[in-house]
Amino acid sequence: MTVMALAFYLFAISVVIGGLFTVISRHPVHSVLWLILSFISAAGLFVLLGAEFVAMLLVIVYVGAVAVLFLFVVMMLDVDFAELKAEMAKYMPVALLIGVILLMQLGIALGAWQVAEGSEAARQAVTPTDTHNTAALGLLLYDQYFLLFQLAGLILLVAMIGAIVLTVRHRTDVKRQNVLHQMWRDPAKAMELRDVKPGQGL
Amino acid sequence: MIQLDLNIILPEIVIAVYAMLGLLGAVYTGKDKTAGMLVWLTAALFVAMAFWIGATGDGTNLAFGGMFVDDDFSRFAKVMILLAAAAILLMSQEYMARMGSLRFEYPILIALGTVGMMTMVSAGDLMTLYMGLELQSLTLYILASMRRESVKSTEAGLKYFVLGALASGILLYGASLVYGYAGTTLFSGIIASAEGQAPIGLLLGMVLVMVGLAFKVSAVPFHMWTPDVYEGSPTPVTAYFATAPKVAAMALLARTLYDAFGGVASDWQQVLAVLSVLSMFLGSIAAIGQRDIKRMMAYSTIGHMGFALMALTGGGAFGVQAMLIYMAIYVAMDIGAFTFILTMQRDGQPVTDIASLNNYASSHPARALAMLILMFSLAGVPPFLGFFGKLYVLRAAYEGGFAWLAVAGVIASVIGAYYYLRIVYLMYFGKEGEALDPARSPVLWGILMASAAVMVLGVINMFGIEGLAQAAAMTLVN
Repeated sequence: MTVMALAFYLFAISVVIGGLFTVISRHPVHSVLWLILSFISAAGLFVLLGAEFVAMLLVIVYVGAVAVLFLFVVMMLDVDFAELKAEMAKYMPVALLIGVILLMQLGIALGAWQVAEGSEAARQAVTPTDTHNTAALGLLLYDQYFLLFQLAGLILLVAMIGAIVLTVRHRTDVKRQNVLHQMWRDPAKAMELRDVKPGQGL
Repeated sequence: MIQLDLNIILPEIVIAVYAMLGLLGAVYTGKDKTAGMLVWLTAALFVAMAFWIGATGDGTNLAFGGMFVDDDFSRFAKVMILLAAAAILLMSQEYMARMGSLRFEYPILIALGTVGMMTMVSAGDLMTLYMGLELQSLTLYILASMRRESVKSTEAGLKYFVLGALASGILLYGASLVYGYAGTTLFSGIIASAEGQAPIGLLLGMVLVMVGLAFKVSAVPFHMWTPDVYEGSPTPVTAYFATAPKVAAMALLARTLYDAFGGVASDWQQVLAVLSVLSMFLGSIAAIGQRDIKRMMAYSTIGHMGFALMALTGGGAFGVQAMLIYMAIYVAMDIGAFTFILTMQRDGQPVTDIASLNNYASSHPARALAMLILMFSLAGVPPFLGFFGKLYVLRAAYEGGFAWLAVAGVIASVIGAYYYLRIVYLMYFGKEGEALDPARSPVLWGILMASAAVMVLGVINMFGIEGLAQAAAMTLVN
């Protein structure tokens, strides 16, 4: 129990610290690295809950793909982060005020937290006893939440269409490679052999 | 089991499959050359679906374990959404083709967004709510920035996207708190978990969910994105923003409040009252200084959403009925008003400057008259239809015990009348100015005249939507 509690606090604190430094670190690359720490700690929390599959997904998808993508974008885009930071400093007092108020409200909520009768029963066990983790997730996704799964698919389709609509440009002034055209090229027509007499030139 | 469920969501499936087939078909054939035809086809499908849903729907059907609800309320909202989207498609075809920005993705995205909106109004679970909302919002972000060569359009899309993502985050956080309290995300489970005074966890979650939804209906103080996005987006897209998604978000708000949080009505009524009174006043006052007609319509939307929220604040079946009637009238008015804006052009270029309407009536008497009727109706001047919409809303607020809100609504309405009537004044009594081009599109002319005719003829019996709205409201509130 104490090991579990210790691990929980370790992960929870590093999630919060990672999130905090993601926002306030001076260098954007450092921000991304802090974000990765945050993701990994969250994965640890999932492991503690017994949701190993989700934990692995978090590491593979978020740390492995999303965060690395962020890193590329941050390094490749020429964004003046110093200017952004200056802009942020301007709004800092208001942001801090709202943040503190929100935090206080959450404090009140957590202090007086109570759950509805029967909510524990309604909440399904995180780790089903008879099936293992991944199978249980599959049952949920493809059976109980079939509709939501399909809707998520539609959302991804829209995202894909959006990426294409907003970025693909068929420019007419660019020469493109046409493989068929290249293969059907006839050497006899493409070049001409001339016999150049020495000392005369063409 | 799954067969029955799929039967219930058949309209959504048909539209989603149509969108995918249309996408494939257009990609493999003429690409953007098929766009015009696709627009008409999509509009025809929407109208057919609206009739199908309206004619065949019966009773209350639950699908997927209560996550999807098909009842009179959702059907009413769906018919409204489909017809509004079809009208917008018809409006946009000619305009976008003229601007050279008609692309085949446009009708496809609207079709997919409509699926999202239909899911929203049928949501019976916080997760379905979120999925529908995201599907809808994502298409809107793309549509807003569709004119890539325009900086303003890109800015509109980005602004909407960033703020929309923030609102989604808040909504999700609220949903997680609600789940923490109730132990379930099903609306039926949430409503069973609390009665009377909301416990603090549920209260906080509920307010955060309401904040997320208030952003979507652009209620003050979550309206900041609206004027910029309305101004920057292509005008047909702005018209779309102002109509179908607003209906969907408003219906979703009503469904969430009654189906999930119906037991703690007194808690959300005060939140709605504040949103409503702020929206009405800001919408009325901030619109006065606007020079761009699209920005003005944005503030007009905010004001009208305030009125619709007032109807919900009043509560009860009558409040929901008033909200539905108000939204139906509002959509009919806005379609007309935006059609008028689409016809405004000078030397082939669209203009959105209010001052360009100077002395408009002398060159285009018929269209000026139609716009006069629409503006009077938007302002809520009797005997036009807009007045009866406002009357319903005020009655709902008064009967719900919110007399002060009704009084505030009347005051805001009087202030707001100024900027609507200013357009009429400019059109009829404005000084001589450079005239606008005569528009030659028969489609736009037809929609504008039809919308104005609805404002006049609708006062007879409101085309019978009162009874339908009442039946819809009764199924939601019981």
